[in-house]
Amino acid sequence: MSNRNFAILTFAIALAVVAASRLVSSDYFFSAAYTVLQFIILATAWNILGGYTGYVNFGSAAFFAVGAYTTVFLHKALQPPLPVMIAAGTIAAGLLGLGVGYLTLRMRGVFFAIATLALAVVLYTFVVNWDYVGGARGAYILQPRVVPFGFPRYVHLLYTAMVLMTALALVVARSIQTSFIGRGLAAIRDDEIAAECSGVPTLRLKLFSATVSGALMGMAGTTFPYYLSYVEPSAAFNLSYAVNSIAMPLIGGMTSWLGPLIGAVLLGSVQQVVQVTVSSAWNLLIVGVLLVVFVTVAPNGIMGWVDSWRRSRARRP
Amino acid sequence: MNKLGLWMSAGLAALVLAASAQAQQPLKIGFGMSLTGPLAGNGKAALISMQIWAEDVNAKGGLLGRKVELVYYDDQTNPSTVPSIYTKLLDVDKVDLVVSGYGTNVIAPAMPIMMQRNMTFMSLFGLNVNSKFNYDRYFQIMPAGPDPAIGWTQGFFDTAMTLNPKPQTVALVGADAEYPALALEGARAQAKRTGLKVVYDKSYPPNTVDFSPIVRAIQATNPDLVFLASYPPDSAGMVRAVNEVGLKTRMFGGGLVGPQFAALKTQLGPLLNGVVNYEAYAPEVSAKYPFLEQFLAKYQGRAVKEGVDPLGFYLPPYAYAMMQVLEQAIKATGGLDQGKLADYMHTYEFDTFVGKVRFAKNGEWSIPRMLTVQYHGISGNDLEQWMKPGKVTVLAPSDYKTGTAMTPYQDNKK
Amino acid sequence: MEFPTALLLNAIIAGLLLGGFYAAVSVGISISFGMLDVVNIAHPAFIILGSYVAYIVNDRMGLDPIAVSIVLSPLFFALGMLLYRIYYLCFEKRGQESLRGLAFFFGILFITEVVLLLVFGVDYRLVETAYSSVTLRLGVVDFPLRLVVPFVVSVTMVVGVQLFLARTFFGRAVLAVAQDQLALRLMGINPVRVKEFAFALSIATAGVAGAFLIVIQPVQPAIGREYIGLVFAVCVLGGMGSIWGTLLGAFVLGLAESFTSTFFGPSWAPAVSFGTLLAALAFKPSGLLGR
Repeated sequence: MSNRNFAILTFAIALAVVAASRLVSSDYFFSAAYTVLQFIILATAWNILGGYTGYVNFGSAAFFAVGAYTTVFLHKALQPPLPVMIAAGTIAAGLLGLGVGYLTLRMRGVFFAIATLALAVVLYTFVVNWDYVGGARGAYILQPRVVPFGFPRYVHLLYTAMVLMTALALVVARSIQTSFIGRGLAAIRDDEIAAECSGVPTLRLKLFSATVSGALMGMAGTTFPYYLSYVEPSAAFNLSYAVNSIAMPLIGGMTSWLGPLIGAVLLGSVQQVVQVTVSSAWNLLIVGVLLVVFVTVAPNGIMGWVDSWRRSRARRP
Repeated sequence: MNKLGLWMSAGLAALVLAASAQAQQPLKIGFGMSLTGPLAGNGKAALISMQIWAEDVNAKGGLLGRKVELVYYDDQTNPSTVPSIYTKLLDVDKVDLVVSGYGTNVIAPAMPIMMQRNMTFMSLFGLNVNSKFNYDRYFQIMPAGPDPAIGWTQGFFDTAMTLNPKPQTVALVGADAEYPALALEGARAQAKRTGLKVVYDKSYPPNTVDFSPIVRAIQATNPDLVFLASYPPDSAGMVRAVNEVGLKTRMFGGGLVGPQFAALKTQLGPLLNGVVNYEAYAPEVSAKYPFLEQFLAKYQGRAVKEGVDPLGFYLPPYAYAMMQVLEQAIKATGGLDQGKLADYMHTYEFDTFVGKVRFAKNGEWSIPRMLTVQYHGISGNDLEQWMKPGKVTVLAPSDYKTGTAMTPYQDNKK
Repeated sequence: MEFPTALLLNAIIAGLLLGGFYAAVSVGISISFGMLDVVNIAHPAFIILGSYVAYIVNDRMGLDPIAVSIVLSPLFFALGMLLYRIYYLCFEKRGQESLRGLAFFFGILFITEVVLLLVFGVDYRLVETAYSSVTLRLGVVDFPLRLVVPFVVSVTMVVGVQLFLARTFFGRAVLAVAQDQLALRLMGINPVRVKEFAFALSIATAGVAGAFLIVIQPVQPAIGREYIGLVFAVCVLGGMGSIWGTLLGAFVLGLAESFTSTFFGPSWAPAVSFGTLLAALAFKPSGLLGR
C-alpha cells in the first residue's frame, strides 16, 4: 500500500473513531482513551529514533514537557487557538531534538542516551525557575467554558485532537519506515560504520530522525495542560513517560510502525485497568516486569512473535 | 377485603419494597487518594480516618437510612491519574458524592470535572486552589483562612512582631515546589505588611543532599528571623543543617511540613527544640477539640498496624472533620442535592472534632486557625513525650495561646 | 553579594566532602560502563538497596551502617555476579547489548524500586550513628562528621579500587578486558569471568555507597532515580574507565554544586552540574582524564 493510500485510510479510520465515540456517554472512556492515545504517540515517536535508528532516548519526558510548556507559555501570552499551540509545541520540541542531536549524535549512542538524561534535568531546572509559566508553583490553564466545534464537553475536543494527532504520528512513522530514509536509518541501526562507508549520510539522517522524534513527542504534550487544568514541573517531567515510551515499543516490536501501536494499546490499557482495580504500586511493578520479561525472552516484541509465526507457517508445505 | 383494597395493598407493598430497596443501596462517596507516591504517608493516614468515620456513621444507622460506602482509587500522587479516576467514579461507579485527594496536585485537575457536573467538592489540604477557578461549590477543610497564603504565615509573623526589640530583617527560604512557593509568597506579603527587610530569598531543589551551604549563606546575611517552607525530607535536612552550622537568629521556622508527623518528631527529637512551626493540633489545647482524643486513640491503634504515622496530629482530625461537615449538611438538607448542600455549607457553622467550622465565600475557612507553636524541652527520640502536653507552646492564634516565644533561637536548644 | 572568606572556605570544604561521596556512588559505573561497556542504569537501585540493608541492621541491632555495609559487601558482590550472568546470557552473547541491555537494566531499576516500596513503604528512613550530629570546628570552617566519615571511607574505597585495578593480577585483567578482549583470550584468561568479577565489584561498591547515602540524608525508594543522571555525569566528566577521573569528576561536580548553592541560589545547582555534563559531551566527550 502506498503511503498516500495509507494516510487516507488512517485518517478515515480516525474520523470514524471520532464519530463512533459520540455515542459513548461515559466521560471516563474519554479520559482513559486520552491517556492511551498519548502513549501511542510517545511510543511511535520514540521508536523513530530508538527502533529505526538504534539511538535510545531516556529523556522523552523533556520533549513531552516542552510541548506542554509551550502551550502554557502561549496561553499566558497570546491565547491563540488550540491548533496554533499544537503546531508551536511540536516545532519547539523538534528544534530541541535537532539541537541535542547536533551536540551529541556525532558520538556513540550511549552518549546520546546520557545526554538525554541530563537534558531532562536541565530543562526541569529551567522550568522550575521560570516564573512566567508558573515555575514550581505550577500554572493553571483553565478549559474554556464554551467548548468550540460544538462538543458537549471539553475532554471530547481533547480526545478528538489526540485521535487526529495519533493518526498523523502513525502516518509519519510508516512513511519514514518505507521510504529511503527508513532504509538509511536501518543501515545505521545495524552497523553505523558500514553505513557511513557505503555513503549513507549518517549524521544528516540521524539529525532528521531526532528532530522528527522530538517533534512528535512534543506534539503529544501540547494538549496536556488543558487535560489537567494545572501543570507543574513534576507532572510534566514524570519519569513514567520515559519508561513507558521505551517499554511500549519494546513490547510491541521496534522495527515497524505497528509495534509501538500494539505495545501502547496493550500496556496503556493494562495500566488504566490496574489503576482502577488493583490500584497501587503494582502498576509500576507490572511495567518493570513486562519490560524485563519481553526484553529477555522476546526481544523483537509481539511483532517479532507474529513474524516468526508467519515464517514458520510459510515453511510448512 | 375487596379487589380494590387488594390491589391497593399490593401497590403499597410494592412501593414500600421499592423504597426500601432504594434505601438499602449504599450511599457511595468517591475519591482518589495518594496511597503510593511521595505523599502516600499522609494519604493513607487520611484514608484510615475516613474509614473510621464511615464505620462510626454506619454504626449509628447510616446516612439517610443508607449504609455509607467509600469508593476510592490510588491516584499515586500523580495529577495525570485524576481526571480518569473522577470520571470513572461519576460515570461508571455512579457515586453519590465526591471529595478530593490530598494536595493541590490532585485537587486542581479534578476541578473542571466538578464544575461541569455542578458537584459540591469538599477538598483536603490544598493551598489556595479555588483562587483561579472561583467555583462556588468548592470547600476546603484546611484551616488556612480566606486568604490561605496569608493565613498560613500569619502566626509566625505576628509572633515575631511581639519580640522586643522588634526584628528588622528576615531570610526566606524554601523548596522548589508548589506548597513552599505559595507559602513563601505569603511570607513576602507578610514581610511587606510588617515592614521587615528581606535579606535572603532563595529556593533549593527538592533533592538537595547537603543543606549546610544554604544555611551558611543565610547566616552570612545575619537575619533576625528565618522563615522556612519545606517538605519532610528537606525539613529534616534543614533542621539538621541548622543545628550543625549553629544558626544564630532570633526566630527560626514557620512553614515546615514534616515535624507534624511521628516519623520526624522521633527522628529529629531534641534537634527540634526552639523551632517555631505550624501544627494542626497539639495536646496542650485538646480542650478546644471536643471528642478528638477518643478518635485519635482509635486512629492510632489502626495506624500502627498499617505502618502509617502513629501520632495522627496532622491530617487525620481534619479528614474526619471534613466527612462530619458533609454528614451534617446531608442530614440537614435531607438529601443529596448538590446545590442545596453547597448553599447549606456556605451558610451555617458546623460542630466537628476540630472545633467549630465555618466557610467563607470562596470555600476556605472564614478565619485561619493553623496553630503556630514552638517546640521545647524535647529529650531523646521517643514518641510518648509528644503525646502528652508539655513539649509544645502554642503561640497563635490568640484564643489558643498557651505561652510566649522563647528567643533567640540558638539559646533554646535544650 | 559579599564574599566573606568563611563562606568561601566552607563552600569549598562542603563541595569536597560531597565530592568524595559522589565518587563512591559513581565508581561502580566507572567500572561497569567505563570499562565493561555495560550501561547499568540500575546502579542507583543497588545503592538504595544498600541503604535499606544498612537501615535494617542499624534499626534492629544498632550497628554502625558503614561498618555493616562493608561486612555485607560480599552479598552485593554475589548479586552482581548473578546479574551479570543473566545479562551476558541474554544479551551480550547474542550481540544485542546496547539497546536491549539498557531496557533490561531500566526494568531492573523499576522492579527494585517498587519492591522496596511495597516492603518498606514511602516514609523516609534515616540512621542515627554516634557521629551523626557532631561537627568539628577548625577556625571558621565546619566539618560535620555526618559528611566527613562517609568522605573518608569513600575516598579510601575509591583509591582501594584503583590500586586493586592497577596493581593486582585480576585488576589488571579487568583493565585489559576493557582494551582488548581477544588478546586476553589469547593469553588464556576467560574474559567473561573477568567481566563478571568486575561487574560484581561495581555492585559491591554500590552497596557500600548506599550506607554512606543513608548516613548523609534520609532515604526513600524513589531517590534512586535522582542519582541516575549524577553518576553518569561524574563518569563522563571524569573520563570513562579512569578511576582517578571519576574522583576528579566527582570533586568538580561537588564543588560546582556547592558554589552554586552558596552564591547563586540552590535552585540552579542541578542545572549547573548537568549543564557541565552536556558541555563536556559536546566539546570533550572523552572527559577530563579519559582515554
